Amino acid sequence: MDMDNKGIVVLGSGLAGYSVVRELRKLDRDIPVTLVTRDSGDYYSKPMISNALAQGKDAAGLVLTRAAEMAAQLGIQLLVETEVHAIDRANKKLDTTSGELEYDRLVIALGADPIRIPVQGDAADAVLSVNDIADYARFRGLLGSKASIAIMGGGLIGCEFANDLAAAGHAVSVIDPGPWPIASLMPEQAGRELLAPLAALGVDWRFGTSVSRVDRAASGYLLTLADGAKLQADLVLSAVGLRPRIALAQQAGLAVNRGIVVDAHLRSSDAAIFALGDCAEIGGKVQPFVLPIMHAARALAKTLAGEETPVLFPAMPVVVKTPAHPVAVLPVARDAVGTWQLRANSDGVKMEFIDAEQRMCGFVLTGRYAAERNEMSKQVGQRALPL
Amino acid sequence: MKVWQCVVCGFIYDETKGMPEEGIKPGTKWADIPGNWACPDCGVAKADFEMIEV
Repeated sequence: MDMDNKGIVVLGSGLAGYSVVRELRKLDRDIPVTLVTRDSGDYYSKPMISNALAQGKDAAGLVLTRAAEMAAQLGIQLLVETEVHAIDRANKKLDTTSGELEYDRLVIALGADPIRIPVQGDAADAVLSVNDIADYARFRGLLGSKASIAIMGGGLIGCEFANDLAAAGHAVSVIDPGPWPIASLMPEQAGRELLAPLAALGVDWRFGTSVSRVDRAASGYLLTLADGAKLQADLVLSAVGLRPRIALAQQAGLAVNRGIVVDAHLRSSDAAIFALGDCAEIGGKVQPFVLPIMHAARALAKTLAGEETPVLFPAMPVVVKTPAHPVAVLPVARDAVGTWQLRANSDGVKMEFIDAEQRMCGFVLTGRYAAERNEMSKQVGQRALPL
Repeated sequence: MKVWQCVVCGFIYDETKGMPEEGIKPGTKWADIPGNWACPDCGVAKADFEMIEV
């Protein structure tokens, strides 16, 4: 290998890591690329995990392409089951469990860790999180055909799992301190639309409270909620959110905030190091969804191929895979000034967020309106969001 | 008739069923879907993502 061209090293084999390599290879087959992952390197689509039962798939069935085949297709060196201990920025070198690795440019796509809420009880450590395919394999291994499941968190992932499990015949409880489903993305009237369709599948909603204790019971677990209620469950699944993995970047002295701080070119405070996906904070925002990752991957691939390209995010609706009552939402910033206005409400709701200049800058579509998301996005998408 | 899957979000396109709600008739081959079509679940454009034969 040319001494001046040690190539690009990508950390992480999730959607972000593999997508940026796939996009790069459309532009350049020759730049040496090494992808380092602590996982098996098998390619799968993470959003499918919370819909796997409906698709009739187990964890192995979710794998779309095996690691070796990915490496061959993309023409990359793949280091699997490899942890990166440290980034030596001065020497552009990585210290890994598979030895030292040099880079010209480094792409950090390490994703995020599930947030764990502390609970009391002798089975607190039995609370499961499902954040990747290996977690899912473990979860399915424990999931008996008649198992009841308590889900901590009624957000996007909690609702998707609730729908998938309940539709497959499992008794499901959802416990969330918030006031209604997916409250971080949706206004009350839209969030409440999910209640009845999922309850009809058997979902037992518990809002306004949280899990205080998880103790072993004769069979399964006994949950004690903050409001004093007791619940029995065979498995407890935590889905309360994600925290960007920033430790490696932080140790290396890169600028971090909630995520690894990058500019519109996905470039960190070190010009040779980039970040995207759930670990990155782009223009002040962490956006752990599929569409932002795909836009970032395409822009970064161009930059890596030699054409400096900032990422421009169009309107990117978030799809919630709850087949019992589908949802698409274009969220608005927490501090956005404006009002949610109801446009239609038969078999679902259609709501628009209207700002002070009378422009629609967000929407929620539930039930039969969910199919209108692309049309709605086009109405918003005329204005690329400033970074 | 074949079944295709979006590698990004897992969306399934079944040529037999088509997507009547998007104006794509049952029996429409993947190759005949317009280039400006986007995955209804993740919005990724047909030209920009890869479908794999299931």
